[in-house]
Amino acid sequence: MSALLEVENLKVRFRSMGMLRALATRTSDPYIDAVCDVSFQVRPGETLGLVGESGSGKSTIARTLMGLNPAHSGSIRFDGQELSGLSQRAYKPYRRDMAMMFQDPVGSLSPRLTVRSLITEPFQVHGIRDRNVDAEAKRLLEMVGLSEDFAQRFPHQLSGGQARRVGVARALALDPRLIIADEPTAGLDVSVQGEVINLLARLQEELGIGMLVITHNLNVVRHISDEMAVMYLGRFVEKGPTEEVFHRPRHPYTEVLLSANPEPDPDARLERIEARGDVPSLMQRPQACEFHTRCPKAREYCSQVDPEVTTAEEGHTFRCHFPVNTPEGHDTGSRADGTGRSFRPG
Amino acid sequence: MTQASRAMTPNQDADTLLEVRNLSLDFGSPKGRIHALRDISLTVPKGRIVGVVGESGSGKSTLAYAIIRLLAENALITQGEIFLDGQDLLRLTPRQMRDIRGQRMSMIFQDPMTSLNRVLTVGDHMIDIQYRDSAPKEEKRRRAIEALGRVGIPDPESRIRNYPHQFSGGMRQRICIAMAMLVEPALLLADEPTTALDATMEVQIIDLLQRLQNELGCSILFVSHHLGTVAELCDDVVVMYAGEVVERGSVRDIFHKPGHPYTQALLQCDPGRIREKTRRLPTIPGNVPNLLNRVPKGCIFKTRCPYVFDRCHEEHPPQYDVATGRIDTEAAHTARCHLRDPAEESRDIEEGHLMKGGNEEESRS
Repeated sequence: MSALLEVENLKVRFRSMGMLRALATRTSDPYIDAVCDVSFQVRPGETLGLVGESGSGKSTIARTLMGLNPAHSGSIRFDGQELSGLSQRAYKPYRRDMAMMFQDPVGSLSPRLTVRSLITEPFQVHGIRDRNVDAEAKRLLEMVGLSEDFAQRFPHQLSGGQARRVGVARALALDPRLIIADEPTAGLDVSVQGEVINLLARLQEELGIGMLVITHNLNVVRHISDEMAVMYLGRFVEKGPTEEVFHRPRHPYTEVLLSANPEPDPDARLERIEARGDVPSLMQRPQACEFHTRCPKAREYCSQVDPEVTTAEEGHTFRCHFPVNTPEGHDTGSRADGTGRSFRPG
Repeated sequence: MTQASRAMTPNQDADTLLEVRNLSLDFGSPKGRIHALRDISLTVPKGRIVGVVGESGSGKSTLAYAIIRLLAENALITQGEIFLDGQDLLRLTPRQMRDIRGQRMSMIFQDPMTSLNRVLTVGDHMIDIQYRDSAPKEEKRRRAIEALGRVGIPDPESRIRNYPHQFSGGMRQRICIAMAMLVEPALLLADEPTTALDATMEVQIIDLLQRLQNELGCSILFVSHHLGTVAELCDDVVVMYAGEVVERGSVRDIFHKPGHPYTQALLQCDPGRIREKTRRLPTIPGNVPNLLNRVPKGCIFKTRCPYVFDRCHEEHPPQYDVATGRIDTEAAHTARCHLRDPAEESRDIEEGHLMKGGNEEESRS
């Protein structure tokens, strides 16, 4: 099936200092690269999961796709139409087909509007006047599993999970073909997390929507996405089918992320593969491989030569000179036991 | 055991640092009273890490705030005692309480962004917290630098002059931990210290807490809704639901042999425990009961419990010893569930078939 959304070599930059300051400090490049050379596709009915730590550029990608940040270079094609470089006015019709769910479930709803107004606001924004607003509100609430009397409530009267459902209803109002969900389960309890994930999965099955799910919760990505991409400092360090990446992560950073997932079992004490220190600032992007400052397997070579995008199997790519879990077995690292964790022997 | 025999003298057990006994707390609201905590009892032994888990609104943070007495003004403690080293904190004057806070007891808060004052440098914070000490300022500064180094802040001599916004979230939480540990407290209260952090930072903070606890030998009350971190860090676990302690035991008891249906459901819901990829995750149908002006009769979990039977509607379950089935509040592993009563043994319910996946539909309220 042809791709719904195609992104190629997307680059997003932000200005980090004014012209004068750049002159005074002799900075030749007063920009930071929030997203670097990112390419991916989302097909109808499929889900791509984006994972990475805060500041890795996940949300910037989402905002750029929606036209909320300008792209510096690269192309964004939705259904074959080029979107990058369009004016805000020209972008608007595409926002009917691409809906966004913002990160904070309660914060992204206006506290002064009722649920009914919130979920039917997209019709007003896009000048659709031929619909019966009450009937639409009822339909949307039913779709996300909320009873009709929620229509008159205000956001502060909703729990986190209910507010999230309202966010989903709002995103669904215009029958989008692509949903971009930024941290759909952040801040929700485990029991409610399941509800939201099941809701998204059901809607996707019924409506055949493509989804881009941004999250730092690996457990969520594992169950919701067909394909996943791991981001570090604005770059995709690894991308592939979800199960494949979980079973055999190639990039050391993916391995670090997978092992930084405390297991709800007191006897599963792990030999953890840890990254040293903190994520470096984008202002001081490390040379060559960006991860070498924290990588448990870094060698001198990593700080000198840029790693290329390498293909492991069909559709599974990574950027690393010294990948782990390679089939040839010259892996210097740990044994994979199917989840990317390595257990202490004995 | 009767109420009267328990409420006599503080626990003489020398190993107990903190003991909360039958604590109940209400919040006043324009619509009436919310019974936020009811009959909470727990102990924190010396040198151990006790985890408090539960969903949002279960009262776990309220409990931590009640212990250090930083409650909002509309909170009213209606009964109970909180003993720290045999001294009832609820009888202390605000002034005496101030002497304990930041000395015997200190706290790490959920959000490291807002718990530091943005117009003070890290050094100011760390010197201020030693205000009781008569040592010269230089000495306090030296201690502060040492503490920052100990929590893994690189180059502490120069970083101490920085402001909170110049640090990342994980670093700020480290600074909060350094501050809390600087006074070498006997008890550290940690209210969801890793919730606002990324997974890689989370494990670093957990490791740090574990290491500091080993070095200083203090006790930690660790409040979290993240089961993975609790399993990793804690020795004992208290499970709270809707303002009640529903189960209490060692970390292995709770995670391997959960005795209360709520604990079982909570464990089954955690996507971290589901190995097979699935698009239908288990959920706990229904909602937390409303505690405004009334407490539901019988068991607090009855509306969402898959095993509910007539007795649950009538009788509030006491704390059963999970091992023997006797009513015993002092047992090592207790659960407030009638199923633990040997008289109900005929109701042998297959565990593991608790929550079927895909019941997202019924969970509307």
